Amino acid sequence: MGATHLPSTEFDGTAVDDQLEADAEAAQGQPATEMVQLLGPDGKLGTDPVFTEYADRLDAGKLRGFYSDMAAIRRFDQEATALQRQGQLALWVPLTGQEAAQIGSGRASQPQDYIFPTYREHGVALTRNVDLAELLRQFRGVSNGGWNPKDTNFHLYTLVLAAQTPHAVGYAMGIQRDQQLAEARAAENPQVEGSQPAEPKAAVVVYFGDGASSEGDVHESMVFAASYNAPVVFFCQNNHWAISVPTAVQTRIPLSNRAKGYGFPGIRVDGNDVIAVHAVTEWALEHAREGKGPVLIEAFTYRVGAHTTADDPTKYRESSEEELWRAKDPLERLEKYLRTEGLAGDAFFEQVKADGNELAAYVRKTTHDLETPDIRTAFANTYVEAHPLVAEELAWFEEYSAGFAGEATEEEAGH
Amino acid sequence: MTTMTIAKAINEGLRATLSNNPKTLLMGEDIGPLGGVYRVTDGLIKEFGADRVVDTPLAESGIIGTAIGLALRGYLPVCEIQFDGFVFPGFNQITTQLAKMHARSNGNLTVPVVIRIPYGGGIGSIEHHSESPEALFAHTAGLRIITPSNPHDAYWMIQQAVDCQDPVIVFEPKRRYWLKGEVDTESSGLAEDPFKAHVIREGTDATVVVYGPLVPVALAAANAAAEDGRSVEVIDLRSISPIDFDTVTDSVKKTGRLIVAHEAPTFGGIGGEIAARISERAFHSLEAPVIRVGGFHMPYPVAKVEEDYLPDIDRILEALDRALAY
Repeated sequence: MGATHLPSTEFDGTAVDDQLEADAEAAQGQPATEMVQLLGPDGKLGTDPVFTEYADRLDAGKLRGFYSDMAAIRRFDQEATALQRQGQLALWVPLTGQEAAQIGSGRASQPQDYIFPTYREHGVALTRNVDLAELLRQFRGVSNGGWNPKDTNFHLYTLVLAAQTPHAVGYAMGIQRDQQLAEARAAENPQVEGSQPAEPKAAVVVYFGDGASSEGDVHESMVFAASYNAPVVFFCQNNHWAISVPTAVQTRIPLSNRAKGYGFPGIRVDGNDVIAVHAVTEWALEHAREGKGPVLIEAFTYRVGAHTTADDPTKYRESSEEELWRAKDPLERLEKYLRTEGLAGDAFFEQVKADGNELAAYVRKTTHDLETPDIRTAFANTYVEAHPLVAEELAWFEEYSAGFAGEATEEEAGH
Repeated sequence: MTTMTIAKAINEGLRATLSNNPKTLLMGEDIGPLGGVYRVTDGLIKEFGADRVVDTPLAESGIIGTAIGLALRGYLPVCEIQFDGFVFPGFNQITTQLAKMHARSNGNLTVPVVIRIPYGGGIGSIEHHSESPEALFAHTAGLRIITPSNPHDAYWMIQQAVDCQDPVIVFEPKRRYWLKGEVDTESSGLAEDPFKAHVIREGTDATVVVYGPLVPVALAAANAAAEDGRSVEVIDLRSISPIDFDTVTDSVKKTGRLIVAHEAPTFGGIGGEIAARISERAFHSLEAPVIRVGGFHMPYPVAKVEEDYLPDIDRILEALDRALAY
């Protein structure tokens, strides 16, 4: 884990200029030629020399599950957007268009893996069994978090862009150390039955967007990940817009190509192809868990709606662009495939729709029922250990609040 | 009792915590074979290996950010920032992430990260090597900030910082790294609260509150004042967040006069906070306004003129004269 793991940085300098030129061309709105795609917009399954093997692991039940997940999270997204429009949420961050990137990658992770999301990973949260209503606590203004990450290994949303990326690398370094300690213990006691490491090997997935890729923390975290060969998968959802600023302002080359500069693999995958995303992420996680180091995945996708409900995409992009991407819709292409292959029929899709409506009703009711916390919980949670200033200010607040108790009683008494 | 310098005391304190707790690890630039630019971590990599004493890439946000991740996984990282003025690339991670993680998680997560920062002037160095940014961090809820002024405190406070479940920044007075003193490494240990102030010299005419590098200066000023028949009480604050206002208040009730001295600029500094709190707590005991002695409202000046910038014995005595004139 020390500096002995530093990878070679040798490269063929003569090829660099040509490659940069090709990459720059590829970045001008066109997918890189090397983009991994298995399920095309026409709903037909193609092949890939590496990743078909991973796609072959998926049975009909899993594929139907992908569809159910994507449909559920899209329905959830619609409901949350409606709740914001009705004033029930302060803000909402929609994910429509990115369902395949999130469900495909989330379903590739194992329970022992730890996930660091940004603030749009509602689909990944679903795959980690986070109660979706809990995601709304933050947007409702009743919590800055809302769930206990220890329950699901799904970390809290972070609003400062890319701040979670070094956390992910540090967490992965911790996994690495835990693994090493477990192996050392097992080696010390070879006679003990079942002395293999008790915990299954784990890795970390950290999400960020094309906009966040410009932040320094992404760079620093990739340097650290490479230096220590940390078991971390960087999952960049290139949804093409950092609020109103296009990807072209963030990068001159496909983002996946940046990995080469750090000395680990970078893969661009069709982010609207749930099968390819799942395959690529499963490969990357296996790579990381086996001690082969970090991987960068760039999921080439599109944010069909606004950045947040405070945003107006009509001011900065053409509707024709949105239409182009709607034609690549991740749900429609999987539906075509499931129907064509006879893996699902009308009954299945009707049931998915009904389940979605049930989820929406649950979310709506739960949001209305979310209780406003007592500010005393904020006093309690600022520090772990006793803190005299917090105690002093809480005591003042209690005394101050108690001063109103008499007034309330008098009002109730009609005075 | 063993005599050692502050730098050696921190080194021994780190050695003790690395030995006692397998989850402790050190992270920072040049802290491995070099032993840190001040040699505070000297020899530790040889003893504990590169996985426990981690020479990191040159990136402060990366150091602190990865330390947060390690802490979330159950480790106890101790980060070294090479110089005070270089903490700012990591400021975002400290203030928006480290300080807030426990509150953000509704108390479910703890991030017991320790950040060691050599701070303060008086070493004749160049820009960004002599700053006192403690107030910037003290203003952020969720962080604890301590600063030892002698080897015994240095030895124990670093271990107490590692044991604390909250994030702790340890500001180390770099110009006192070579100050020698006795350290009782045999005591059962952590009887003293690291967040409690110490009355290190008793007096009756005025109280001088200081911390870190100015402690020896204040003691020398108190001794000089004694020659003029003035009895000055000196308090080593030790903790900047939280501040032990009880000890300061008790002292002011006895002496009636308060001077707060620190190297950081006076405006917006810790001295102003102490002055305001003591005015609220002991207004009727005060015989004079609280007087602050500190740096000027300017970037830390070039080394050739830093003597004019740094509070010294005369500046503290001048403040004492003003306080006693009321």
